[in-house]
Amino acid sequence: MHEQTLLEQAQALQDGEVSSVELTQFYLNRIQAHDESLNSFVTVTGAQALAQAEAADRARSASEAGPLTGVPLAHKDIFCTRGVRTTCGSRMLDNFVSPYDATVVERLQAAGMVMLGKTNMDEFAMGSSNENSYYGPVHNPWDSERVPGGSSGGSAAAVAARLAPAATATDTGGSIRQPATFCGVTGLKPTYGRVSRFGMVAYASSLDQGGMLGVSAEDCAALLGTMAGFDSRDSTSVDHPVPDYQKELKQPVDGLSLGLPKEFFDDRLDARIRASVEEAVAAWEGQGAQLVEISLPNLPLATPAYYVIASAECSSNLARYDGVRYGHRCADPEDLEDLFCRSREEGFGAEVRRRIMIGTYALSAGYREAYYDQARRVRQLIRRDFQQAFEKVDAIAAPVSPVLPFRLGEKTQDPVAMYLIDCYTIPVNLAGLPGLSLPARPVDGLPTGVQLIGNYFDEARLLGLGAAWQRETDWHRQVPPGFA
Amino acid sequence: MDLTAETVRGIAKLARLRPNPEEEQRLIQDLSAILEFFAQLSEAEVDGIEPMAHPLEVDQRMREDEVTEPDRREDYQEIAPDAREGLYRVPAVLDSD
Repeated sequence: MHEQTLLEQAQALQDGEVSSVELTQFYLNRIQAHDESLNSFVTVTGAQALAQAEAADRARSASEAGPLTGVPLAHKDIFCTRGVRTTCGSRMLDNFVSPYDATVVERLQAAGMVMLGKTNMDEFAMGSSNENSYYGPVHNPWDSERVPGGSSGGSAAAVAARLAPAATATDTGGSIRQPATFCGVTGLKPTYGRVSRFGMVAYASSLDQGGMLGVSAEDCAALLGTMAGFDSRDSTSVDHPVPDYQKELKQPVDGLSLGLPKEFFDDRLDARIRASVEEAVAAWEGQGAQLVEISLPNLPLATPAYYVIASAECSSNLARYDGVRYGHRCADPEDLEDLFCRSREEGFGAEVRRRIMIGTYALSAGYREAYYDQARRVRQLIRRDFQQAFEKVDAIAAPVSPVLPFRLGEKTQDPVAMYLIDCYTIPVNLAGLPGLSLPARPVDGLPTGVQLIGNYFDEARLLGLGAAWQRETDWHRQVPPGFA
Repeated sequence: MDLTAETVRGIAKLARLRPNPEEEQRLIQDLSAILEFFAQLSEAEVDGIEPMAHPLEVDQRMREDEVTEPDRREDYQEIAPDAREGLYRVPAVLDSD
């Protein structure tokens, strides 16, 4: 049953081959059997899941079921869930039970989907390896000594090991696409403003975007159709019509132009990953796409610009954790200042404190112009590079990560080296564009991936190219050996 | 560029953090390396370029000045570390004398 895609399971539910309670219990059993070694879940909501599944089965008997009713999924522990704790991978929120649901959670629940639990992640979504979680690292299902990527490492590992048919995730600088490629699953970061950020714990608000990880591009399309859309509770949500993604992704590849930016195929890229990416590109060419060499000249400055902006916004966003209204509070504070400082020092992990510090510095008097404003100007240049590229091409193909999944502990001592891993995903967040990560030919048993970048609100085109590639290949269908 | 211990302490104060001496040393090293990494931004030619705020150049949206949320004070205070009678409790802010 776990080898099916989410849409195949939805069909099986519709055909009465399985009930939601059976399907949900099946996944809860898999989580119980396998997650001790992966650590992909922070919280498993077994009782609630079965209650939701029973409700879904009742809705189906009453002919009130929608296309996704009764299908289980997991939520990244960054999305607020009323009555179920939301930790964001942090000691700061270890005891936090949100009084409301995130819009994403609300919409998927309204569609009848069943929540299996909340997945592990880098603390406050800051990290590229899932080693920054207060709840311990997540292990890559393809090789338990390697990282699953981050920050949505728990969601990616859970979907790869088929402990959930799909999972929500978020992407500020690559946190959906990079773990997708490290774990061999499909991941979509939509256009900035496409999916509501309401109830999604904020890290860097001008970059954060919710999306999903699934087995196939078609599964992602089905979820996006439910998650996307205007939300008055998110001031940066964009009022733009939501197309029927599942229908639109059937558009032919023939006649599309696909840009290959030379800055993405530079000497940082592992030659074996390059070969996997080129194989995917050749497949699209074989389906009638026209390949165009392009250049995005300001790309080399994307990573430093991103870390200035993200750190600055994080220092401002995380100022809300004060030990007063919710979250961790230190014991026996001497005075108010002591309460603030010790609660924060104890509640935040090392990487979060590092980013708060660097962001505070970049925004402080005398440095704002040189760092924050300069970075936002570079960001403008990068967006223009992409806009010019999209005058010539319909989509851009690129690698997702320059390196294969690395070993746990390999890069934890050098923050800058860790930051550079995101060099191919970050530019997409800076410009606010949609990006899709698709599994490609593995290297030595480790997953690799190819990234498609689209113009604003062009998710359907990316998903269509992804579905066309997945009809010809079965990399996305492969399950790690220990989880077959 | 190498940050001094004094600068790191100043930033920590602004950020309401309190690193211990060992961490302070680590931060001097890490933050200096990160700032060195940021230094390449000064090479960018940005004359006449406006700093970017929103990817889609959307203006801040206005809404009607109407109450849309119910009063759920008790729900929100239930998760506070120390709240009583509708108030958040913190150590005394004013001297008693």
